[in-house]
Amino acid sequence: MTTIETTPEVTRQVGRSLNRLEARAKVTGRAEYIHNLVLPRMLYGKIFRSTLAHGRIVSIDVSAARDMEGVYGVYTAQDILRVIPDPYFGPAFHDQPILALDKVRYVGEPVAVVLAADPHIAEEATHLIVAEYKELPAVFNEVEAASSDVLVHDILKPAGTFPDLKHLAGRKGTNVALDFQLRRGNVETAFAAAAHVFEDTFTTQQVMHTPLEPMVSLAEPGDGTITIHTASQSPSFVRIEIARLLGWAENRVRVRTALLGGGFGAKLYIKLEALVTALALLARRPVKVALTMEEQFFTITKHATTFRMKTAVSADGRITGRKCDVWWNGGAYADIGPRVTQKSGFTASGPYDIENVSIDSYAVYTNLPPAGAFRGFGIPQMVWAYESHADMIARALKIDPVEFRRRNILREGRPHATGTPMRDAALDLVLERVAARMNWTAPFERGAGTLRRGRGIGIGFKALVAPTTSVAMVSLAGDGSCTVYSSTVDMGQASDTAIALMAGDVLGIAAEKIKVIRPDTDVTPYDMATLGSRSTFHMGHAVRLAAEDALVKLRELADELGMPADAPLAAGELLRRKYGMQAGNIVGVGSFIPSYTKPEHETGQSENITPNWMVGGCGVEVEVDTETGHIRLIRFENVVDCGTPINPKVVDTQISGAAIMQLGITMFERMEFDEVGQLRNASFAEYKIPGIHDIPSTIGRETVDSYQHNGPFGAKGVGESSTFGVASAIAEAIEDAVGVRLTSLPLTPEAVFRALCAAKHEPMPEE
Amino acid sequence: MSATSITIHFVLNGERVSAEIEPHHTILEVLRQRFALYGARESCGQGLCGCCTVLVNGESVSGCLFLAAMADGGEVVTVEHLDSEGQLDPVQQAFIECGAFQCGFCTSGFILMSRELLDRNPDPSEAEIRHYLSGNLCRCAAYPEIIEAVKLAAQMRKQTLA
Repeated sequence: MTTIETTPEVTRQVGRSLNRLEARAKVTGRAEYIHNLVLPRMLYGKIFRSTLAHGRIVSIDVSAARDMEGVYGVYTAQDILRVIPDPYFGPAFHDQPILALDKVRYVGEPVAVVLAADPHIAEEATHLIVAEYKELPAVFNEVEAASSDVLVHDILKPAGTFPDLKHLAGRKGTNVALDFQLRRGNVETAFAAAAHVFEDTFTTQQVMHTPLEPMVSLAEPGDGTITIHTASQSPSFVRIEIARLLGWAENRVRVRTALLGGGFGAKLYIKLEALVTALALLARRPVKVALTMEEQFFTITKHATTFRMKTAVSADGRITGRKCDVWWNGGAYADIGPRVTQKSGFTASGPYDIENVSIDSYAVYTNLPPAGAFRGFGIPQMVWAYESHADMIARALKIDPVEFRRRNILREGRPHATGTPMRDAALDLVLERVAARMNWTAPFERGAGTLRRGRGIGIGFKALVAPTTSVAMVSLAGDGSCTVYSSTVDMGQASDTAIALMAGDVLGIAAEKIKVIRPDTDVTPYDMATLGSRSTFHMGHAVRLAAEDALVKLRELADELGMPADAPLAAGELLRRKYGMQAGNIVGVGSFIPSYTKPEHETGQSENITPNWMVGGCGVEVEVDTETGHIRLIRFENVVDCGTPINPKVVDTQISGAAIMQLGITMFERMEFDEVGQLRNASFAEYKIPGIHDIPSTIGRETVDSYQHNGPFGAKGVGESSTFGVASAIAEAIEDAVGVRLTSLPLTPEAVFRALCAAKHEPMPEE
Repeated sequence: MSATSITIHFVLNGERVSAEIEPHHTILEVLRQRFALYGARESCGQGLCGCCTVLVNGESVSGCLFLAAMADGGEVVTVEHLDSEGQLDPVQQAFIECGAFQCGFCTSGFILMSRELLDRNPDPSEAEIRHYLSGNLCRCAAYPEIIEAVKLAAQMRKQTLA
């Protein structure tokens, strides 16, 4: 009999560069994705979508579709009401109907669904549905919508989940779904006393995550129960939300995931799950809804933003005051947008030591596809603005951009704009390492003729979204082998492997020998969600505590069996002695929620706004062709503070992966809408994401030497950090090369060329 | 079976098979729905991302665009065939060694294309690797590791032959 004992010979697991536990399954094509799932008697659902940005539904004629051979059924919101009488869902607001009810609010909103055993028939039948709308005026721009008479929703309906949104309940006559504010000192006094005042506006565009496994959910009705198989980053939330919609106890709803073919925030909270649940209950058969790549663009996106920033600077180059006004284009449904507005909004003044700060951050409804979480949770939009602004100030004052940041950066122990003292945020170290990797002080070759070179650096930070809960269980079997139960979703970040490393580190078991159970709410305990780089910190602690709990129980068992106090704690051996055969389990449980002080409503002040800060910095060199505006990235240095890297090999891939994703958003990705809100480029034929030709020949990646004192094994998250500094660094490098400043993303060759023409007083005509 | 359905015969991963299909079915649908081979996947649905790559008569094709009827009488190979002897292909080993994937959804396509490249050009330059893989997208952006993996696989294949 082979036994796997918890032996002290295998100790440190954290810090090993380990290949993913599922690596072999992934290279052989056998990895499990919900995309692959087929259930007996399953029906496919295809969605009929709104062609209008804003309108009242007059009629929906589904008769021709229903009559088509092979169609099982056609369903509208009126049918949904039969199984879910109050069909509005959402994590922050209960504002999104499962299918459009009374009104459509954006082009692409789901209006009806056809079910058929053959997906081609279901799709064909959607073309036979005829909807008639009474068109309403629509609003698309976030700043306009904040004060528009065109109302996307008649009344605000906060979900009640988040206490800081409760004050919005029942508010009418506005598209502003959240108005977050922060006040520190007095900015007006600072502006009056300043040697210099700078004011600029920056914008970002709407983009889509485009996970290569498009969103997919299946629901399987049972006997008073329902099982939802879904490519979701938040199975625990889906269970709670579906139970709420159905008025059922949580334990009647089972939600399970598999590996995700990418998430990036697109597969968070609740997306298709309510729809497949309602359809499965109506059809009394399993239902699968698998979106196409095109349909993903109509489901969830990244917020476009407008950021107006005003900064007071002293004669010696210190920032003394900063006023930030940020408008977030949330689209037609809030999703998690109000939380993005607050949680990123409070960092809008940047990682700088500023006495006087005023921030107003607005989540705004518009008639565009909804916006929600996207790798960075709003931080990349903030960093784009405050780091662009920093570079523009440094240029105006003729201060080196690294030096300008050195003078102003938040150092250990100093209060952030929220009042929270900075702890374990290696901002200065990340800045210095970026500068060192760029050979910042060495002479720089600037090119000649039509090819000019420039460089830039940028740094950003993110507060870990708090407070949230993770629970984990560790089970040791009769042979001593270890299984970890966790609802963290592995969507490519190698969380299963990190969990095995952390559990193994406590238990003295090699991570490769540990099995990590994929999320299944019937089996794995609660976890808030896999988002915002929270899992390493929260689930890491929960797993650590569960493993420590198992060790305590082993010790107790050893004492019960009269073993000497110094005897090794071998689970298999102890369980065999206890039960007389290979039997039984040792089960350890751990749960974790960090401490937190919620911000004052009027001022945004809190002495403990976050358990930790994640830091990312970027340095770039570019070559710009003055004849075409083409930008070539020559150098791409990315440095993060993630505390202890749990699995350095994976951390490296996370650093470059996140940086390249942000490179695409910086350089070319943009959802293009026409004047009536029709999206023109919802496919890879017209929406370009980074390919293998778009990356430079070498990409620098570094984790600074740091330790997160309240983190598991000194660690904190890393999945988003290298997105932060990319965009502004490239904009600065372009100005450094050819003298033009771009303040809107993306930084396309056309935008550069137009700016070059304008600088020569020969502006090009608008499109 | 409908009036339009046809029967195709082909060799799938070394085994003679047949399938009743409709003329509009792609090889990708047939592989997934009739043969439960899930290594090739539909992502963009337009032949632009490479997730659906399979080999038909020794040539890589986008399975989401390639009509199954056209495989009649031919030979189809999917990623699942590469370790049929129980051993991983050197390209698969190199992808693991270099950590050349994150979510893994695009990996089958990259592996089949990398093998095809090395079959045609056993010692590709980095520029040739990039050119050959430019039709495959990886949203996790494991491109630096993928390039390293192809270089490593080229070395491993040479050592196997030597």
